[in-house]
Amino acid sequence: MSDVTTDGTTTIPDFEIEPGALRHLADAAVGVELDTGDMILNLGPQHPATHGTLRLVVRLDGERVVAADPVIGYMHRGYEKLSEYRTYPQITTLINRIDWLSSFANEVPFIHGAEMLMEIEAPPRAQYIRTILTELSRIATIYLFLGEMGLQVGALTPAFWGFRDREHVLNLIEGATGGRFHPNFNRIGGIKDDLPWGWIADCREAMKKILDGCDDFEDVLVGNEIFEARTRGIGIVPAELGAAYGLSGANLRASGVDWDLRRDGKPYLVYSELDFKVWTHADGDSFARYWVRLQETRESARMVLQMLDNIPTGPIMAKVPRIIKVPEGEVWVETENPLGQMGYYLVSKGATGPFRVKIRSASFSNVSILPWLLRGVYVPDIITILGSLYFILGDIDR
Amino acid sequence: MPDESTPSEPTAEAETGSQVGDAPSDETPDAVEPEPELDPVVASLLERITAELGDAVLGSADSFGTLVIRVRPDAWRSAGELAKRSLDCDYLSYIAGIDWQPAEKLVSEDSGDTSTPAQPSEMTFGVAGSAGRFQVLAHVQSTAKHWGVTMKADVDDESPHLASWVPVYAGADWHERECWEMYGIVFDGHPSLRHLYLPAEFEGHPLRKDFPLLAREVKPWPGIVDVEPMPGEDAPAEGSPAEVEA
Repeated sequence: MSDVTTDGTTTIPDFEIEPGALRHLADAAVGVELDTGDMILNLGPQHPATHGTLRLVVRLDGERVVAADPVIGYMHRGYEKLSEYRTYPQITTLINRIDWLSSFANEVPFIHGAEMLMEIEAPPRAQYIRTILTELSRIATIYLFLGEMGLQVGALTPAFWGFRDREHVLNLIEGATGGRFHPNFNRIGGIKDDLPWGWIADCREAMKKILDGCDDFEDVLVGNEIFEARTRGIGIVPAELGAAYGLSGANLRASGVDWDLRRDGKPYLVYSELDFKVWTHADGDSFARYWVRLQETRESARMVLQMLDNIPTGPIMAKVPRIIKVPEGEVWVETENPLGQMGYYLVSKGATGPFRVKIRSASFSNVSILPWLLRGVYVPDIITILGSLYFILGDIDR
Repeated sequence: MPDESTPSEPTAEAETGSQVGDAPSDETPDAVEPEPELDPVVASLLERITAELGDAVLGSADSFGTLVIRVRPDAWRSAGELAKRSLDCDYLSYIAGIDWQPAEKLVSEDSGDTSTPAQPSEMTFGVAGSAGRFQVLAHVQSTAKHWGVTMKADVDDESPHLASWVPVYAGADWHERECWEMYGIVFDGHPSLRHLYLPAEFEGHPLRKDFPLLAREVKPWPGIVDVEPMPGEDAPAEGSPAEVEA
């Protein structure tokens, strides 16, 4: 890097300047010479980094964001209202479409809540299969992120890997449930079907591929200089603020909060029988969020392998009445979903459908921090921050 | 958690292990709280809340192991501050509204149509009670101690108002905007109460029970149209499928 001094000679500084500092210098220089009035930039609603239709209205001073206002609701489907007009078995069809990449995991808390109110417990085999499929949805969801995050910084190859290897998992989900994205497989009291013949062996194979794929992502992205330069120190979420905004899942764990509802919440599914590690990262930046998710995907694959060895035999459905009426009561159920904490506040008045369902979806809260988080960042970093928070629009707009 | 110094916490050892989670991976699913007495964590939380808020706590309940308390509306803000300061509840899960008034019935109870739920027609209130039609509920949690509290506050039927939690929990911003547009509950002190999901010119509050679901008004739900008999069972009688206890 060379500097032009006042008398026209060029000096070369003998110390290394951090790339970030150079960007500050460049900005300062522009600010002196030109009057840069604020500019409003409309990002989206149709932008590849927005995973759907999230619109960001950003006020820019040069390349720097002064204020950002996310505009959501382009896909609002009113599931809370619709749920009041449907029966419990019908609602699982709706909630499949909240976070459409991990539909199976969405069903679990809702069904679990209804089962709690009805005082029914699914048989152990059903619980195991549910847990396996939940973890498979987690892998399918996060695997796409692991690839797409490369895309946000200009690396095309990982994105193709993400889509390619996710198919292994989607094929498994399809093989077991019949649906690639919307299984609608949970029933109050159990699951619809048993696993097909040969599925467990296929699943073992696929998990090996997933674990290998994670190594590839680690090789190509985590140690990559460009990737690190674009994600390290970018979009830092302080732990307390993240919690106050309701960030959950890997987004909060990447800020050093050691909190995973699979381990720390009220016991659900068979997580208490599994041996797994909850990964955290101290930095809280985009890189930390990527790294935590990468470790979590591996952990999930290992959990699936653990469970495949221990699936108990037995029935897959508990005895339930043909017409499901849920007794009066209120219950709050929360689970650790791929994108974070997913919860339902179910209010039942003894009818065939709920009186009120409050859907607490992870992405809604994860994205609500954006006005704070985007302040002061540069335009290209908006994309990596959006990518690293990893949200699904259906999970915001419900 | 070695540094955990909460003197007013008379919890039994076994229960604390599973609920508070100082030993992360040894959750025992059979350590569920016995029904008649309060869960120790719930009991200690309730004790601490009542000690600080006094008669502002109007009701409380243990709903499946989660403490639900109902506070006086004027104590809503201080309840939030208390949760954040004294109960370690640093995490805001959600803020939502609820309308206890029954919706207009689309089907009658004895029509045999089980595909559309028929709710009871009299107004009843859930756990911890309510003074009127509208309530605001919020759930806060502790990421370190792993407990959570659901708080409820009654708001006025005619002009629903409640203090905003934005100064306490930054994340309350969007939740309160949603609650305002869906129920018309005004949060005093909210920096910009404007539409979140719905277009700015939208009129009405869709999640109120008297707001009709237009799709159903225009075209009624067909009800049961094709019911296959269960294996080993005769076809159900026309119109009224019998409730079979399997």
